[in-house]
Amino acid sequence: MADDRRGDPAGEGAPTRELLSAADVTRTIARIAHQIIEKTAGTENVVLIGIPTRGAVLVRRLGAAIAEFAGTAPAVGVVDPTLYRDDLRRRPARALEDTDIPEGGLDDALVVLVDDVLMSGRTVRAALDALADHGRPRAVQLAVLVDRGHRELPIRADYVGKNVPTASDEQILVLLEETDGSDSVRLRRVGPEANPEESGRES
Amino acid sequence: MNLLITNARPYGEGELVDVVVRDGVVTEIGAGLAGARDESVEVLDADGAVLLPGFVDLHTHLREPGGEESETIASGSAAAALGGFTAVFAMPNTDPVADSEVVVEHVRRRGAEVGLVDVHPVGAVTVGLAGEQMAELGTMARSRAEVRMFSDDGKCVNDPVIMRRALEYASALNVVIAQHAEDHRLTVGAQAHEGVVASRLGLAGWPATAEETIVARDCALAREAKAALHVCHVSSARTIDVLRAAKAAGVRVSAEVTPHHLLLTDAALTSYDPVNKVNPPLRTAADTRAMREALAEGVIDVVATDHAPHAAQYKDTEWAAARPGMLGLQTALSIVVHTMVEPGLLDWRGVARVLSERPAEIGGLPDHGRPIAVGEPATFALVDPDGVWTVRGGSLASKAANTPFEGMRLPATVTATILRGRITARDGKVAA
Amino acid sequence: MKHLLSVTDLDAAAATDLLDTSDRLKQALLGREVRKLPTLRGRTVITMFYENSTRTRVSFEVAGKWMSADTVNVSASGSSVSKGESLRDTSLTLSAMGADCVIVRHPASGAAHRMAAWSDRDHEATGTHTSIVNAGDGTHEHPTQALLDAATLRDRLGGIAGRRIAIVGDILHSRVARSNVFLLATLGADVVLVAPPTLLPVGVAEWPCRVSDSLDAELPALDAVMMLRVQAERMHGAFFPSAREYAIGYGLSAERAALLPEHAVVMHPGPMVRGMEIAPSVADSASSAVLAQVRNGVHVRMAVLYHLLAGAPA
Repeated sequence: MADDRRGDPAGEGAPTRELLSAADVTRTIARIAHQIIEKTAGTENVVLIGIPTRGAVLVRRLGAAIAEFAGTAPAVGVVDPTLYRDDLRRRPARALEDTDIPEGGLDDALVVLVDDVLMSGRTVRAALDALADHGRPRAVQLAVLVDRGHRELPIRADYVGKNVPTASDEQILVLLEETDGSDSVRLRRVGPEANPEESGRES
Repeated sequence: MNLLITNARPYGEGELVDVVVRDGVVTEIGAGLAGARDESVEVLDADGAVLLPGFVDLHTHLREPGGEESETIASGSAAAALGGFTAVFAMPNTDPVADSEVVVEHVRRRGAEVGLVDVHPVGAVTVGLAGEQMAELGTMARSRAEVRMFSDDGKCVNDPVIMRRALEYASALNVVIAQHAEDHRLTVGAQAHEGVVASRLGLAGWPATAEETIVARDCALAREAKAALHVCHVSSARTIDVLRAAKAAGVRVSAEVTPHHLLLTDAALTSYDPVNKVNPPLRTAADTRAMREALAEGVIDVVATDHAPHAAQYKDTEWAAARPGMLGLQTALSIVVHTMVEPGLLDWRGVARVLSERPAEIGGLPDHGRPIAVGEPATFALVDPDGVWTVRGGSLASKAANTPFEGMRLPATVTATILRGRITARDGKVAA
Repeated sequence: MKHLLSVTDLDAAAATDLLDTSDRLKQALLGREVRKLPTLRGRTVITMFYENSTRTRVSFEVAGKWMSADTVNVSASGSSVSKGESLRDTSLTLSAMGADCVIVRHPASGAAHRMAAWSDRDHEATGTHTSIVNAGDGTHEHPTQALLDAATLRDRLGGIAGRRIAIVGDILHSRVARSNVFLLATLGADVVLVAPPTLLPVGVAEWPCRVSDSLDAELPALDAVMMLRVQAERMHGAFFPSAREYAIGYGLSAERAALLPEHAVVMHPGPMVRGMEIAPSVADSASSAVLAQVRNGVHVRMAVLYHLLAGAPA
């Protein structure tokens, strides 16, 4: 439901352009994993927290990749920021997603927030507020698969898979095997009549 | 004052006729009388309308005295005239209760002053409608109000001893006891017909047996007392079986059904809008069907409105707090046409019977419900059978607007009402 | 969803959405020291109880507060209500004061429906927007109780569809029974009512459930049994002869409870009459979900407030 904006790329008819292939997605995740390992080297208590829906898929893949490359598995969880959003009143009540804080909690942890696309920064803002209610992390970092620009808040990602400059009438489609059947990142022009609020990913 | 009605169709039968009225009495009926008129004659062109004897309502709540925020004798009389009625029986559950000659004479006098319809007060059977001590039936019957019907309507004369005595006493006065048949012990807290709908809505049930048992009991008491019993607002199909048996056995019992019990069912209750709250309650589709058949058959004698105006503050509440009752005078004819004439259960002679002749007979009114004939009183309702109108509570003449038929498109309009040669209503307006 | 008046406002999908939201809210608050979500900041929720019910009123109040709504409690005594103000005037007054939601408990069946109708009419006239939540109306419904019961059953049984659930006791006067029968049926449960004939509503045969007069015969095949409160004053209405005879026929004694399958859940909407309806040892046993019901009540009511108030006006 939160993903209705991402739509069904095959069914909507609008032509899409592939930005990342399945192999690119795998490589990008691996690269972010290495960067996280490097940047958090020597840090105890790293917790990866995904933002549903696709951030929650990515976080598991990142966790697995880190475990593979570093030999130790970081704690992995998800936090649904919906209850903290600043735009709830703009559309009918959204369905909530899972929240799952790892056993050890967030106090004094280095939390890496994980999401698929970074746009306005409002979702990340909401997620930061949610994190604060669950505990007091030592620091919070942000990892995203795609940064498409259009920021509305002073937020930047620490780890970026791919920077994609976009127009506001374009849409980034992140497709993952677990949720969409196969991996890819695609760009779609939704046309001037489309409401960017409804069509663009606004993370 | 003389009147010439042209192009009317008595009982909806035969050729158009003209009717000449002198001093309130019909002097001539026939074709082509229009040429004979002189300057002093008022002419009413019926334009092909059906000419019927003026309607008589055995069951009206005019609310005055005491309930003037809901209705007055003047506003209720206007509603009656516009509905084709020339006589109404005003129920005694006023404040003060019409249980003494003072109150009944007041009601009769106010009705005469307004002059749109003959207002016949119904006297209470028991003092204060309390069901305990018999009211002074004889005094009221012999008063200037000439009370011919007594009822505790709104409440049942529940005590069998009181009911027995009242029937016995009434038989000598040649008056009729009209019973609101509801065994109150079976209807404590009742809010709606006891059935599927009320169960689902959590409304305490008013079982049909509470009506049937009282009617059965009263028929037995009336038989022994050789008294006249009238059963108000029959609502349950099985009450009809009781009535049929009693009539066959020679009991002097008559019965009425309301327009709303001919048409509406408890399915209307799901909105919890108290405009549909009435006592006895709206029942099932099987009951409305049985009412129509019994009315056609004559087991139920008459249609009576149970016109019960309630100001908004008594109706626009939660269901349990709302007062029971519905407007009826201006919609009665249309509901009868819709439920009885259109399906072929009654012809216009039948309408005259159930809305005029039988009620006049039961209520003891010698000058109402008379044949349309020379020498008879010119007391008529003119009905356009092809008229169609939409009910709007706010546009009705009653002070209250609690019609359950709001927004319905109904057949037949009353184009004029005539009381002893005087036009009391015409084209939707009462006489000035 | 603009109001919650009856469980029949909810189809299976809408009811499941509410239960899912309730589960997620429970997750979101799990293990936290600060049990407060900012979601309904600046929204005003008024509880208006014309009948006493500490349990339900507090549950709604806590639900509102945990979501940062401003909650105000109005009780019928001590307010203009006791001075004879009509329900309509009270209702419209609370709307005019800016109530986004009024939660009402009223002894008249349909009271919440009427308030919703007035609210909608007022909305057309003035643009104010007040959601009405039925917190129990007469003997009609208590939809949030049924939702919290469904949430509890889902927790304990892993689902509701196909589960056999008995509701035992005073069905006739119970709004909890009405809401549960229709909600559980919507969710695919196999519902059976067990009660003396005097405490069954006329027309119960048309309800989406079965009726049985033998509790003992039903117990071995049940996944859950829901005991209803039986008010002692019913005896005076000749609904049953004595508390003793009622307990013999319809009380959940320890011996009876032993007939239940191992996994079966025992529920009671409270307050319980220990002894007559349910033996103390059964009420306190591991199969009893009585306190889980109370806990779920808060989350379910948060979910209701979320669906009514968090999104754009319906």
